[in-house]
Amino acid sequence: MAEKKIVWTKKDLLGLEYLSKEEIELILYTAGSFKEVTTRQIKKVPALRGKTVVNLFYEPSTRTRTSFELAAKRLSADVVNIEIETSSVRKGETLIDTGRNIEALKIDIIVVRHNCSGAPMILARNVQARVVNAGDGWHEHPTQALLDMFTLKSKLGRIEDLKVSIIGDIAHSRVARSNIWGLTKLGAKVTVCAPKLLVPEGIEKMGVKVTTDISEALEGADAINVLRMQFERDGAMAFPSKLEYFKQYGITAERLSKCKKDIVVMHPGPINRGVEMSSEVADGKNSVILEQVTNGIAVRMAVLYLVAHTKEAA
Amino acid sequence: MSKQYLIKDGRVVDPANKINDIFDILISDGKIEKTGKNLNIKSGETIDAKGKIVAPGFIDMHVHLREPGREDEETVRTGSRAAVHGGFTSILCMPNTDPAIDNPAVVKNLKDIIAKDAVCNVFIAGAVTEGRTGKKLTDFDNLKSAGVIALSDDGSPTPDSMIDEALKRSMKAGLLLTEHCEVPRLSQGGVMNKGFISTKLGLKGISAQSEYEAVKRNIDIAEKLSARIHIAHVSCKESVEFIRQAKKKGVQVTTETAPHYFALSEECCATYDTNTKINPPLRSMADVDAIKAGLADGTIDVIATDHAPHTDSEKDVEFDYAPFGKIGLESALPVSVMELVDKKILSWDELIKKLSANPAKILGVPGGRLSKGDPADITIIDPDKEYILKKDIIESKSKNSPFIGWKVKGRISTVFVKGTIVMKDEIML
Repeated sequence: MAEKKIVWTKKDLLGLEYLSKEEIELILYTAGSFKEVTTRQIKKVPALRGKTVVNLFYEPSTRTRTSFELAAKRLSADVVNIEIETSSVRKGETLIDTGRNIEALKIDIIVVRHNCSGAPMILARNVQARVVNAGDGWHEHPTQALLDMFTLKSKLGRIEDLKVSIIGDIAHSRVARSNIWGLTKLGAKVTVCAPKLLVPEGIEKMGVKVTTDISEALEGADAINVLRMQFERDGAMAFPSKLEYFKQYGITAERLSKCKKDIVVMHPGPINRGVEMSSEVADGKNSVILEQVTNGIAVRMAVLYLVAHTKEAA
Repeated sequence: MSKQYLIKDGRVVDPANKINDIFDILISDGKIEKTGKNLNIKSGETIDAKGKIVAPGFIDMHVHLREPGREDEETVRTGSRAAVHGGFTSILCMPNTDPAIDNPAVVKNLKDIIAKDAVCNVFIAGAVTEGRTGKKLTDFDNLKSAGVIALSDDGSPTPDSMIDEALKRSMKAGLLLTEHCEVPRLSQGGVMNKGFISTKLGLKGISAQSEYEAVKRNIDIAEKLSARIHIAHVSCKESVEFIRQAKKKGVQVTTETAPHYFALSEECCATYDTNTKINPPLRSMADVDAIKAGLADGTIDVIATDHAPHTDSEKDVEFDYAPFGKIGLESALPVSVMELVDKKILSWDELIKKLSANPAKILGVPGGRLSKGDPADITIIDPDKEYILKKDIIESKSKNSPFIGWKVKGRISTVFVKGTIVMKDEIML
């Protein structure tokens, strides 16, 4: 990466709050080179040959785990998946013990998904292995935000000065928090839109505009990131019904017709069709949802590559 | 007959007797015999206190000793040693043990342990409800006869449905009720202060409202019944203001705060250090300022530590899973010196008053002053001594403190409990 002066000096990737603008740009730039690899006939480079990546998942997740697994394999790393049921863990081995035991197997990178906010940071403090946060509680999901930004940049050519609205359950969303940190650092103008009970206290101090009105969030937006509504948890109490949510906040073709013509529609998946957006929008021309999934591999390759090759700060 | 001691050339700071001057103190038969200039003894031991502050032994009215039931966290012996090491010669231990201190047999058992193991005066608070479950009041008169000096379900509030009756009965029994103020409905599931920082960290918040609504409830009931009540560990600005106004109206309310509420804020939770997980939680900077103002204007009577020992293995887990609480006995003085005296919030006299005379008066226990004939509970402080608060100097069995590793100022030098030296020249005997 001779073109970029900045080098990666961080042991771990725990969240976008903890990265500088330049570090985020370095990841996106590196992902650009790996994107090319994913389109080749032979989708594999030897960048992490001889390295071992462990996917340590305390929460079920097929898509993020698969994406990390493919990213690691395309870098020629060995991959092991460990899925732990949270309820049994609380009685048994602690997070730190599990981390140290995995490390004793002489592995290099732990990709961790955890239901508790902060768990990756606690783990990272206690192991020498690199730690990549694959989503922790309501805190951060940095690789999701990075792939969202990568997709946005490849669609619109820049992040700076874009108007991006994040719509949905902001209170319980790690995707929202990571996107807010990343987008604002790169100079985007971010609006969050949610029913009042799903707007967490003080969120405006993260540098975003807050609205409960969907038309305000859509007006003039260059892109929207529509979050999954999780009615199975606290969200259910905050909103009477799925249909009611769809009526007030659902992204429909009609609502989209009043937006910028080229508005980019993103969703971190899995989509609840007919709840946060209509099928017409999910499958429509503005949707980049499947491109996000594809880009996720390149972005995660970049992250794994960078943390595996941490340089001493100059 | 015990040995005679002469504490020489120290600055005696005894707010209850309005003394702040260089004096010598003569101790014999475990009691303070004389305070004056140029005293001498023929036999016995002379303690050179030049450059030091000689204060009444501190009294901590909020300590968790964990015995019986959680002797892996703390015992009467280790907890009382930690107390003396922090300058406290008397402590009040809370009844949230296992079993809870809710009947005379448990009180007697604990008193036996105290008689055998304690190196300072240990007073006992009894539970308000059986098993601290909030279902049935304990027998306050029986508890009093067994030797408890106060009542609390600390860790939990007395339920709304029982607080009236509990306060009436505590008044009748002549026992202080010290209330943990929390509305469980509002705090449920929370792990840190509710606000921007909890939002940023993705942690569930505990609102200030969950505390101050309970404070208000307790003040209203004390006013209605003309009873006195003590509010434990206040942490937020609204609580301070409610208590300030209540005192102006003449309500018999007293209160305490803990050093972490004026030295630390919610920002300390940013690294998910579970030693910063405390209930009530570390609050905002505005709350920290309000606590300091409440200490300065006398709204807050007492500095108590809420010493809450937990083992490393309990705390070395995810923030959500860690128990609430931190140890505090051995950091209270230096943290108070740095945050209150050095920052000119309190004078030395005022600080010592909140650590000794005020809690003695509220609890109705001996000590808190250095009058002739009083038991010689005396703490000698090296006010300018700077040191690192390292894990290995902590006497408490548990080391869960966010202050560990801090460079601090103000160290306990020598401590007398009932005329016996328990700590001398910074070394526990």
